[in-house]
Amino acid sequence: MNREQALFEYTLRIADDSLILGHRVSEWCGHGPILEEDIAMTNIALDLVGQATNFLEYAAKVDGKGKTADDLAFLRYDRDYRNALLVEQKNGHFGDTMARQFFFDVFRKLFFEGLTKSTDETLAAIAEKSLKETKYHLKHSSEWVIRLGDGTEESHQKIQESINNLWRFTEELFFSNDVDTMLLESGIAVDLNALYPLWKSQVAHVLAEATLEIPSGTFQQKGGRTGFHSEHLGYLLAEMQYMQRAYPGMEW
Amino acid sequence: MSNKEWPLWEVFIRSKQGLSHKHVGSLRAADAEMAIDNARDVYTRRSEGISIWVVESKLVTASDPREADALFDPADSKVYRHPTFYDVPDGISHM
Amino acid sequence: MKNLSLEEKEREFQAKIDADQKIEPNDWMPDEYRKTLIRQISQHAHSEIVGMLPEGNWITRAPNLRRKAVLLAKVQDEAGHGLYLYSAAETLGSDREKTIDDLNAGIAKYSSIFNYPTVTWADMGTIGWLVDGAAIMNQVPLCRCSYGPYARAMVRVCKEESFHQRQGFEIVMKLAQGTPEQKALAQESLNRWWWPALMMFGPNDANSKHTAQSMKWKIKRETNDELRQKFVDITVPQAEMIGLTIPDADLKWNEERQSYDFGAINWDEFMNVVQGNGPCNKERIAARREAKENGLWVREAANAFAEKRKARQAS
Repeated sequence: MNREQALFEYTLRIADDSLILGHRVSEWCGHGPILEEDIAMTNIALDLVGQATNFLEYAAKVDGKGKTADDLAFLRYDRDYRNALLVEQKNGHFGDTMARQFFFDVFRKLFFEGLTKSTDETLAAIAEKSLKETKYHLKHSSEWVIRLGDGTEESHQKIQESINNLWRFTEELFFSNDVDTMLLESGIAVDLNALYPLWKSQVAHVLAEATLEIPSGTFQQKGGRTGFHSEHLGYLLAEMQYMQRAYPGMEW
Repeated sequence: MSNKEWPLWEVFIRSKQGLSHKHVGSLRAADAEMAIDNARDVYTRRSEGISIWVVESKLVTASDPREADALFDPADSKVYRHPTFYDVPDGISHM
Repeated sequence: MKNLSLEEKEREFQAKIDADQKIEPNDWMPDEYRKTLIRQISQHAHSEIVGMLPEGNWITRAPNLRRKAVLLAKVQDEAGHGLYLYSAAETLGSDREKTIDDLNAGIAKYSSIFNYPTVTWADMGTIGWLVDGAAIMNQVPLCRCSYGPYARAMVRVCKEESFHQRQGFEIVMKLAQGTPEQKALAQESLNRWWWPALMMFGPNDANSKHTAQSMKWKIKRETNDELRQKFVDITVPQAEMIGLTIPDADLKWNEERQSYDFGAINWDEFMNVVQGNGPCNKERIAARREAKENGLWVREAANAFAEKRKARQAS
């Protein structure tokens, strides 16, 4: 693996997290718990699709094989997606969606803060823009986790269950391998090991305010970063890629 | 379980520094913090604002339109409050 | 304060409207004016909200990233427009959530066009082009409607809506200029949506029971047939320009009227869809009802938390 290949892989991870989560959040459009929240969630989906576009454009450039961001988004095989397992999990109920979003947003904010200092100027610039969006997403998702946790008995129970169910996908957000090692040396990548304790303490802080418990002793799943996904991704891609697969090579 | 609706809030937006907040509409929110966030998402999707006020609709006191004559008509006859009431000769400027 | 009889009040009210003055929420207004407005505004709001569904249907299948973002933004706008309109109706004392319950119970009406299915990507283009086109035709005159909050909401809606029709036309144009498969998609979609789009303007003037009074109150500024004719006259050349055929054998230019003559509308179909028998009426209402029911625990939790927060801040 050379530096370009590592950078391509690294950019895909960031892009695919946004792409797949953006897709999931967009599934809510028209079905939110109240009109105002429908609009809020669509804003988040739009931000994520925008981030995915920016990172995929860069990935395509680094790749240097004449592909476009759309080619990367819509024409890869399942095993070539690099998103974390967390973001491909199904929406479930509103609490499941907010818990997923909250875990991801805490990670994403820390990650983008680090990436703005990357020696890769393009990554740093996209991170700068995305960070502003992510701060708002985090505010939104933490407030909901707190509201649901400290709301009614029913909501408390539901969101605690969501937190417990999704906890097993959280450590993977901090997965790193030789891609990271190579890029850390040149100051491109973010040191994920250093972020993990920060993530844990920030999550604990919000969960405490929400009167929720931190799950313990849960086995951690991983595989997304190396292309081993859950069963859900195949269906998501079948839908997302439908047009490009059914009408190959056409412009829209 | 109560099936109570979220209260209604009136939204005021300052479109840019130097201008007053202006009423833009209303929305539903469980509390003030949420009302601000919802106002941001609903009413500033096209960069329409840089500052938001929200106030619960039931807290607004409005003047009674049936008293509009008594409240506002008397001011109509006080034309001396307007600068155009006064004659200034042609040669005078900066006034 | 003047003590006027009902008749005098009504006369004064009409005089205000004739002088193009706006009516504001707390002003006196005839009960029937209030009722008609609430009906019209909430039907309009419901149409925006139900209208999110047929298009939302394709968000996850949009063919590229740009189209996906545009479609998301557009469907989100519709939620926003629904919200502006419900707000306007609330100024007349109509509770939004109660109005929505009427929709979910199948009592309230909304634009019948949204009871047709979106079965191909081309429908995203055709809806933007024809359905939003027809909606804009209806809405622009409403920016001058006599009721202040409605008129102001419409100004906002029209301003935001202008991109909707363009993005739709762009999608159709791209298809019409594309491969034979794409062109077929565009034509087939136009064939399905053309007539329902014409029905959007409502029954012929002779059969429209509310038109005369609504015109007099200036809560409707042009008649159904006038608007429909305008729409046909504008749209036919657009279709010709991109090489699509309007599915109407009777369509032809009338030199004398300087307008297009067009074929008879199937009003039986229209009435049938309005009465709940369109291809998707059941699905649309079910989806709205499900969203509200599934969100109940969430809204309750937010209420409960707001009360706790208030209590904590007070102590």
